Amino acid sequence: MQLDSKIPEGPLAEKWEKHKFNVKLVNPANKRKYDVIVVGTGLAGGAAAASLAELGYNVKAFTYHDSPRRAHSIAAQGGINAAKNYQNDGDSVFRLFYDTIKGGDYRAREANVYRLAQVSVNIIDQCVAQGVPFAREYGGLLANRSFGGAQVSRTFYARGQTGQQLLLGAYSALSRQIAYGKVKMYTRSEMLDVVVIDGQARGIVTRNLITGEIETHSAHAVVLATGGYGNVFYLSTNAMYCNVTAAWRAHKKGAYFANPCFTQIHPTCIPVSGDYQSKLTLMSESLRNDGRVWVPKTVEMAERVRKGEIKPQDIAEDDRDYFLERKYPAFGNLVPRDVASRNAKMMCDEGRGVGSTGLAVYLDFSEIIKRTGADAVSQKYGNLFAMYEKITDEDPYKQPMRIYPAVHYTMGGLWVDYNLQTTVPGLYATGECNFSDHGANRLGASALMQGLADGYFVIPYTIGDYLAQTPPKPVSTDHPAFAEAKAGVQARTEQLLSIKGNRTPDDFHKILGHIMWEYCGMARTAEGLTHAKAEIQKLKKDFWSDVKVVGSGEEMNQALEKAGRVADFIELGELMVDDALNRNESCGGHFREEYQTPEGEALRDDENYAYVAAWEYQGENQPEKLNKEELTFENVKLTQRSYK
Amino acid sequence: MAGSNPNAKPMNLTLKVWRQPNRQAQGKIVDYQVKDISPDMSFLEMLDVLNEDLLRGGQDPVAFDHDCREGICGSCDLFINGRSHGPEKGTTTCQLHMRKFSDGDTITIEPWRASSFPVNKDLSVDRSAFDRIIQAGGYVSVNTGGAPDGNEIPIPKEISDRAFEAATCIGCGACVAACKNASAMLFVSAKVSQLALLPQGQVERKTRVENMVAQMDKEGFGACTNIGSCAAECPVGISLENIAILNREFLAAKASSNNLA
Repeated sequence: MQLDSKIPEGPLAEKWEKHKFNVKLVNPANKRKYDVIVVGTGLAGGAAAASLAELGYNVKAFTYHDSPRRAHSIAAQGGINAAKNYQNDGDSVFRLFYDTIKGGDYRAREANVYRLAQVSVNIIDQCVAQGVPFAREYGGLLANRSFGGAQVSRTFYARGQTGQQLLLGAYSALSRQIAYGKVKMYTRSEMLDVVVIDGQARGIVTRNLITGEIETHSAHAVVLATGGYGNVFYLSTNAMYCNVTAAWRAHKKGAYFANPCFTQIHPTCIPVSGDYQSKLTLMSESLRNDGRVWVPKTVEMAERVRKGEIKPQDIAEDDRDYFLERKYPAFGNLVPRDVASRNAKMMCDEGRGVGSTGLAVYLDFSEIIKRTGADAVSQKYGNLFAMYEKITDEDPYKQPMRIYPAVHYTMGGLWVDYNLQTTVPGLYATGECNFSDHGANRLGASALMQGLADGYFVIPYTIGDYLAQTPPKPVSTDHPAFAEAKAGVQARTEQLLSIKGNRTPDDFHKILGHIMWEYCGMARTAEGLTHAKAEIQKLKKDFWSDVKVVGSGEEMNQALEKAGRVADFIELGELMVDDALNRNESCGGHFREEYQTPEGEALRDDENYAYVAAWEYQGENQPEKLNKEELTFENVKLTQRSYK
Repeated sequence: MAGSNPNAKPMNLTLKVWRQPNRQAQGKIVDYQVKDISPDMSFLEMLDVLNEDLLRGGQDPVAFDHDCREGICGSCDLFINGRSHGPEKGTTTCQLHMRKFSDGDTITIEPWRASSFPVNKDLSVDRSAFDRIIQAGGYVSVNTGGAPDGNEIPIPKEISDRAFEAATCIGCGACVAACKNASAMLFVSAKVSQLALLPQGQVERKTRVENMVAQMDKEGFGACTNIGSCAAECPVGISLENIAILNREFLAAKASSNNLA
């Protein structure tokens, strides 16, 4: 299939306006004849479900949580970008567009990113109207802060809980539509398949997580807003339930999966403390404004620290290596996320890591504490320091924090065109589960912006264009395609329960995570990736012959849920490896060791790899087919990033 | 392999866990032993260890709600040794660490206890009553699009900060579980206060508080008798002051309402 991104003609700044005029409309009286399914109720899904219901469509919304208020959007700390230029510091729609394209290392689509920057200003207005308590200046106007990858101050925030406040805003709008009866809300329902009839998405199959019942739901269109797949690495900053299953099921039904190897590793997370570790906790990027990153100069000294023989605060200044300041004098500790992460890994690989595991570097605040006093530091970072102490039992006012990079976000996802439609007509993907806006690296405070842009301001227009061309006659779940999809889900559930092996779903998930982190994590090589592919294939075989799940499918069964998600992660893992192996260049979060500048920085190959890799499923155990969407840059000049 | 304290000794613990196969079934406390628990584990990681042991032994793992494990999603909801989210103040269960316990301890783990939160299975409860209370009026009725510029609604910083404090409620239900009356007043008051403080919430101020309180009563939550355990046990520090605001808002609405009961 030839990929058609459906980017509207005309100058960049006029594309969206023109497109909004050109799309077909559904007249108000007809909207109530259309049903739309929205899967996921985070920022993208909650906003989409509420906005579509406000327009008059009948919405069925689904979440595996017990309430639509719990999606992982809620955990976002820092803020949301918008090109308001309230600070009079030279921001503009074009500058936000430019920063995002550049930050993504020139692997995102210009037209989508420009639209994102355009609607960013509407998001802030909408959220304020809902009663989202953004931070304010004393004069009563909205406050901003600065964030990585930008030279202007354009980030709106609600202390360290911006994601929570934005999600509760979307949740309130959604709740209002539930009360009106325009949204039927299905909680504790996990989507396990998409139903495609005559090439069009017509519904989904879900499992009720309380009763175990497999249900079918029909609609004229299906919107996925099911988040990212960072948990393929087992340990990540994602919530425990985050998974790829909905997107992967859609992929197997014909939706292409784009740039799966583009994952973001965040440099400042609390390191792993033991084998029992279930997830990793992020320490906000803002700490790098004042903290200095270092490791001991020698392997011998690092060893003594690891054994607990000496304390970091006893190590003399001359025996410390502030490696970011040494290697990047211009940016120092404020280099972008991918660069900071890779360098921390290098230090640990050299044997100079600290902590009992040797997989950590120091983030030291002693200098700023000496200069401004502990009180001033506490005012700025008090809650983060407290969280750090709660988890590690160490006081960062007295000794440096230990940090290590962790998987945080996935830029890859379902391929979508300008309308956010996947390669399956009638099936849309919004928010983190699509690939569209962040290229090979996402800038801070841009995930919330994209989720809400897609949900509030893009999908309500673009889905109308599709529905206007779809007859409004009711879609029935009596069609044999529903029975077939349901039977498929039931058979898979039965299979998972019937293996009765010896290893738990978590056992397999941990092994997968280890393979992915070692060979498809911060640094990748052709050799390592080839090895990983064989390992994953073996793991898949082992899983389907040795996984252990007890109980039945007709009850609340969390091990069964987990097993299904791990099975999909294993298959996704193999595709990520294929994608990383195919992309013979380094860009953003994708660092292939063979492709680096003499100084050890990521070396892009714009000639051969300025494309979106969109993978097409070919059937069980068949290699996937690579489709390419060439990226053309008419409004920015491609340059090599440098932070020296 | 403790990260922060290489000398921390692993612990052996006795757990008394509420087991209940489903909503209709009779539940009971079952004893389990867990060994070699690191003090650096979170409470939920300790339960992960128990569940992996149970599953390997062919037994049904203990069902419990959890997700972000960062204290913000509000999913986790354990009643530990008779307290919502356990012994540490201002902390959700997922952020509670085992170093707060000692080797040889017996720990009792129950679900939230309130008839408005029926048990799904074991330690997982149904908190959809909270959603229905929000649906009754916990919002500003604005559609997407057409909102005025964000800076056209100036809000004094002090008001905005107070609204934010109220808005940080994570909807976990600890307040209900801690209250001897199983009252939901702290939860309801947090949302009512947030929107009553802000200019955006003024238009629907009266109907909102009436409808939310009516729904709260309909869900069967108990009355408030001003004990304050809700605020004392709230993991995010929602203030009791919000209940005072709720009472004032409710009275004012009723006094001027057309639908005096």
